[in-house]
Amino acid sequence: MTRTDLAIIGAGPAGMEAAATAREVGLSVLLIDEQPEPGGQIWRAIERNATQRPESLAFLGPDYAAGSMRTDRFRASGAGYWPSAMVWHLDSPSEGEKTIIVAWDGVTRQVQARAVLIATGAMERPVPVPGWTLPGVMTIGAAQTMLKSSGLYPDAPLVLAGCGPLLLLFAAQCHAAGIPVAAVLDTTPPGAALRGLPHLPKALFGWRTLLKGRRLMRALARSGIPVYRQVQELEALGTERLKNVRFRSAGQSVSLEATALLLHEGVVPNPQLTRLIGCEHRWNSAQRCFHPVLSDRGETSVPGVFVAGDGGGIGGALAAEYAGRIAALEIAEELGAVNRPSGDIEIVKARDHLRAEMAVRPLLDALYPPPAWIGKLDGDVPVCRCEEVSARAVRGAAADGAPGPNQAKAFLRAGMGPCQGRMCGLTVTEILADAHGKEPDAIGYYRIRPPIKPVTVGELAALDGAD
Amino acid sequence: MFRRLPDPRTRAVHFTFEGENLTAQDGDSVAAALLAAGIGHSRTTPKSGAARAPYCMMGVCFECLVEIDGVANRQGCLVAVRDGMKVRRQLGAPGLPGAAAGEGSE
Repeated sequence: MTRTDLAIIGAGPAGMEAAATAREVGLSVLLIDEQPEPGGQIWRAIERNATQRPESLAFLGPDYAAGSMRTDRFRASGAGYWPSAMVWHLDSPSEGEKTIIVAWDGVTRQVQARAVLIATGAMERPVPVPGWTLPGVMTIGAAQTMLKSSGLYPDAPLVLAGCGPLLLLFAAQCHAAGIPVAAVLDTTPPGAALRGLPHLPKALFGWRTLLKGRRLMRALARSGIPVYRQVQELEALGTERLKNVRFRSAGQSVSLEATALLLHEGVVPNPQLTRLIGCEHRWNSAQRCFHPVLSDRGETSVPGVFVAGDGGGIGGALAAEYAGRIAALEIAEELGAVNRPSGDIEIVKARDHLRAEMAVRPLLDALYPPPAWIGKLDGDVPVCRCEEVSARAVRGAAADGAPGPNQAKAFLRAGMGPCQGRMCGLTVTEILADAHGKEPDAIGYYRIRPPIKPVTVGELAALDGAD
Repeated sequence: MFRRLPDPRTRAVHFTFEGENLTAQDGDSVAAALLAAGIGHSRTTPKSGAARAPYCMMGVCFECLVEIDGVANRQGCLVAVRDGMKVRRQLGAPGLPGAAAGEGSE
């Protein structure tokens, strides 16, 4: 068994900053992460790229390159670090120590922590368009991960489709790296800019983000990549794998040949751990996702369990770092850490920075609205990829009296496959909400049970808590 | 299906997929190594047997599930490829704990 003051799950911006801050004030820290390298999704493979492939920093951009300072700070912090470690249970009684069960290095280990910070970040919103299960269809984040980690990119013709800053960023990165992009299909509905206007004054606090956005849009415009606007009715076609992409744009039906179709409709909190511990969640209608309810200290409704970063609501990497810092200082205060004479001032400063970072969000939510069509889905399109459950079947379950996702799961097996509802959870909630004419808050979400990662017989057998 | 930006400094990693010798590069995940080698699909679904390939590459979609050195249900995107690894396609649902992880009892 391993004991620590603070256990942090996730080595992205929030987790690394929280670890370094907590060490500064004298807490013992263990950071557990499922990736082999620190940095999270945004700074994937930053250490290898900075040292072995510095030329990649030129096309991945300055915000990516800035990750080096963060991983250096984390590495120098003296925090314990378990990379490639799978958390498969978190037991969080409201009083006393929390227990994390982790498969690491072929052995299952128990970690006892006085406080836990969940910093597991975001995932891309699943985009259930017809054909999205075909090999050849991935998310933009998936392709970006391969580019960062391995210098890999899809063969031409490559089609990007969706809405949001990551789509613009990846198009710009491809262009800068000399990777041909056949087309960008912009699914942003008309009128987004107009709807964003009221949020502009407040968003000026986040002027750096706005400037970056403008730079990316201009880069796309100058790149010569064909852009189709107001794309609707997107479909991936093929039998064994993707062959064509079909959609409507400006009233025309268009079909393009494609080797790869990369989808992106924004990011949502990765819900698995906060759902596992049963903390309170609330629906965010502007971002069409649930997020855990947090106090201004970053604490969930389960005492002693905190969340920082995109897992608590989407705010981006800089906001995640400030939230990680705030949570670490608040936890230090609660645990009576000795070495924090200026802690309160630090918290106030971090809160100011966090507020400025979050000020731009309402504008971004309006400019890149989450897809409203997901709740309207019907027909053959699979919403649960694992168990191959269609949108029509989910509507059928609603008609048969399933009030929420857990009953639909019992009827249909949706959410019972290996991904445990990560891919269908939001979609099933949205469809049931639409079918019953209720708000997603009233419909709820899957109950998540341990283990939240596949566990092998050997790992189970090795669970004795005595290591 | 995938190409690689030129990089003379990386080290080659040799592994097998379905008994066939394949070469990857140091730093690749198993899922990336298979895609780079032109492997069109790395698993089939339990229900219809449909071919699937990785979708998210960040540990949430479980479409990259493969068998690695005799152990089924490994998330290929979270495992670094190593010399001598024996990787097999995951066909349907192997009967191991965790295959239906978190299955409800409602």
